[in-house]
Amino acid sequence: MINSNEIIDDIANKEYEFGFTTDIEMDIAPPGLNEDIIRFISAKKNEPEWLLEWRLKGFAAFKKMQFPSWQHFKMPELDLQALSYYAAPKKKVQLNSLDEVDPELLATFEKLGIPLNEQKALAGVAVDAVFDSVSVATTFKGKLKEMGVIFCSFGEAVQEYPDLVKKYLGTVVPHSDNIFAALNSAVFSDGSFTYIPKGVRCPMELSTYFRINAQNTGQFERTLIIADEGSYVSYLEGCTAPMRDENQLHAAVVELVALDHAEIKYSTVQNWYPGDKDGKGGIYNFVTKRGICKGNASKISWTQVETGSAITWKYPSVILQGDYSEGEFYSVAVVRNKQIADTGTKIHHIGKGTKSRIISKGISAGRGDNSYRGLVAVGPRADNARNFTQCDSLLIGNECGSHTFPYIESRNKTAMIEHEATTSKIGEDQIFYLNARGIDTEKAVALIVNGYVKEVLNQLPMEFAVEAQKLLSITLEGSVG
Amino acid sequence: MLTIKNLHAEVEGKQILKGINLEIGKGETHAIMGPNGSGKSSLASVLAGRENYTVTEGEVWFNGKNLLDLSPEDRAREGVFLAFQYPVEIPGVSNLNFLKTALNEIRTYKGLPAIEGRDFLKLTKEKQQLVDFNANLMNRSLNEGFSGGEKKRNEIFQLAMLDPQLAILDETDSGLDIDALRIVSNGVNKLRDAEKSFVVITHYQRLLEYIVPDFVHVLYNGRIIKTGTKELALELEERGYDWLKEELHLKESV
Ligand SMILES: Nc1ncnc2c1ncn2[C@@H]1O[C@H](COP(=O)(O)OP(=O)(O)OP(=O)(O)O)[C@@H](O)[C@H]1O
Ligand SMILES: [Mg+2]
Repeated sequence: MINSNEIIDDIANKEYEFGFTTDIEMDIAPPGLNEDIIRFISAKKNEPEWLLEWRLKGFAAFKKMQFPSWQHFKMPELDLQALSYYAAPKKKVQLNSLDEVDPELLATFEKLGIPLNEQKALAGVAVDAVFDSVSVATTFKGKLKEMGVIFCSFGEAVQEYPDLVKKYLGTVVPHSDNIFAALNSAVFSDGSFTYIPKGVRCPMELSTYFRINAQNTGQFERTLIIADEGSYVSYLEGCTAPMRDENQLHAAVVELVALDHAEIKYSTVQNWYPGDKDGKGGIYNFVTKRGICKGNASKISWTQVETGSAITWKYPSVILQGDYSEGEFYSVAVVRNKQIADTGTKIHHIGKGTKSRIISKGISAGRGDNSYRGLVAVGPRADNARNFTQCDSLLIGNECGSHTFPYIESRNKTAMIEHEATTSKIGEDQIFYLNARGIDTEKAVALIVNGYVKEVLNQLPMEFAVEAQKLLSITLEGSVG
Repeated sequence: MLTIKNLHAEVEGKQILKGINLEIGKGETHAIMGPNGSGKSSLASVLAGRENYTVTEGEVWFNGKNLLDLSPEDRAREGVFLAFQYPVEIPGVSNLNFLKTALNEIRTYKGLPAIEGRDFLKLTKEKQQLVDFNANLMNRSLNEGFSGGEKKRNEIFQLAMLDPQLAILDETDSGLDIDALRIVSNGVNKLRDAEKSFVVITHYQRLLEYIVPDFVHVLYNGRIIKTGTKELALELEERGYDWLKEELHLKESV
């Protein structure tokens, strides 16, 4: 008979599937954070003067800021001077077609299940592949362009569509928003840019795939998505990293702008390297994600499945400025071994008749620690604002932690805010009951977990929901004790 | 089909089963009765492979296989089914999805292909009628918020779906109303055949009027202290257990 402790050991020792490194020639700047490196990055990217100025403002803000202390975990030591702020595959200069991408890079993405070759690519999904913060390839660009959809790397957008970038950059997450956002503003390397023109329903899923490879580098991407009036886009990001003993910082910024009647659906399947079973190594995933429903009756929906990273610390948020606009946050956050997650959302109801829905499902196993932190704020103008929050925690084993910090600030009497929370535990009696029907423990856990997260996974595009489900089963394999 | 030899088992360091011997042949139905806490559910748990019980002595053979060597899921796949005294609630997992998973796990073990969706639904419908199981409960979460009686019926419905060789029913009658008792018993009787064996744990002779056993055993303090036929159940109903306990003490003091 398999003893559950053996299963635990088994999984703890199980290797992270995407932990390989790619041997590729890189341009890497020497470590150090200062104005010179910012000028160097800006020059390397051939940026206009205003963008350099903006970066420097970000750096100035950063220097005045302190690391926060309100989070529910001990802030790790971060030596920002020891990091290199620029790493790019050497060969890439100006890519005109996929044929010019380093074959080693293509092979890497192939290995990750992300074919960049359009013939092989998943039908209906356009991919922007970002390798060590530099966009290396974007598929289906031509096809999208026919409809006026812009989907390209951030750097390319700065060159080709500077007016759009200038108009929206930093309007949702200002350069001084928080210390990591300020750092990102100063040193961001690349990222993804999307513009959906008026009235266009983007015909395919847009997807960015982030891959960290280089050592001792920080990762600072920026994503900016603008959905013009009456448009619709569904966007997905995925990520993996090699296994390394030291921690790596990933401090990205994502800004979403939805104009009148526009809708943005943003999904994340986060699978950065989580560190080993003793908590050695892994990514610090300190990301600022925020969207603004600027227009009336616009909608922004965040869905996240967070299974990786040593520390996941992010609150994808929505500012409901337009009247009758809508915000959603669907989240599954899994921690095991010594992983930490402090995640949730902030919804600011500003316009009248605004609606929001928050569904958070935390799963804690091993010695993992999972916190939900959320803010629902209703402003004085937000007549008849509505919020529903459901916040569930599932515990596996006896050594994990789970916490919820829901904050509600209402300044309008007509607002209706509902909050529900549950905590449950996968019990040995549940597992035994399923065992006694011929279902082994691994499958039993998967069955229970999939039932638990169904409501969130249903929000993902089909192909990714299947992937996410697999990822969850793999992540939790053998964590029942 | 099932041979239990001198079975001893403990839980939390406490000896519960103290030398059980039992032989169950193909097609036989055995009733096990006995006072509260005598070890009936413990015996069922040990047979099903619950992890917190440790077998300290004895053997259990099922169709020539050493049952105690098998994991709980493999025991189920080999054809041992336990209808729980207290069925467990599993929120979020639909009854149907659960059953389909279980059925396919058992089929895979036997080298059969997974059941087709259409065939599964047909089977479900058929068995549902057999035990008069409320169709509305099919799509609900497994046992979540089910009434006591509904949970018991669900156990029998699962039994009908999974079609095991040996079914152990642990107090399936408790919590059932009078009509349900009749319906569920009829369902069980329809499942009985020359190949299948049943172990029926109960406190009440009434159930045994519906499901007529070949043998009745009395379990007391971790041992089978008396074996008889269905008349023994009647006698117990009239006289309780004290006379048996006294008999036992007399025997032991001699
Ligand atoms: N986990 C446990 N820890 C300690 N004692 C236990 C445990 N499980 C069962 N027992 C004890 O084992 C003994 C037998 O319990 P069991 O449930 O097998 O009785 P039973 O014959 O099924 O009783 P009932 O007729 O009430 O269902 C009882 O004294 C019970 O308290
Ligand atoms: Mg009992």
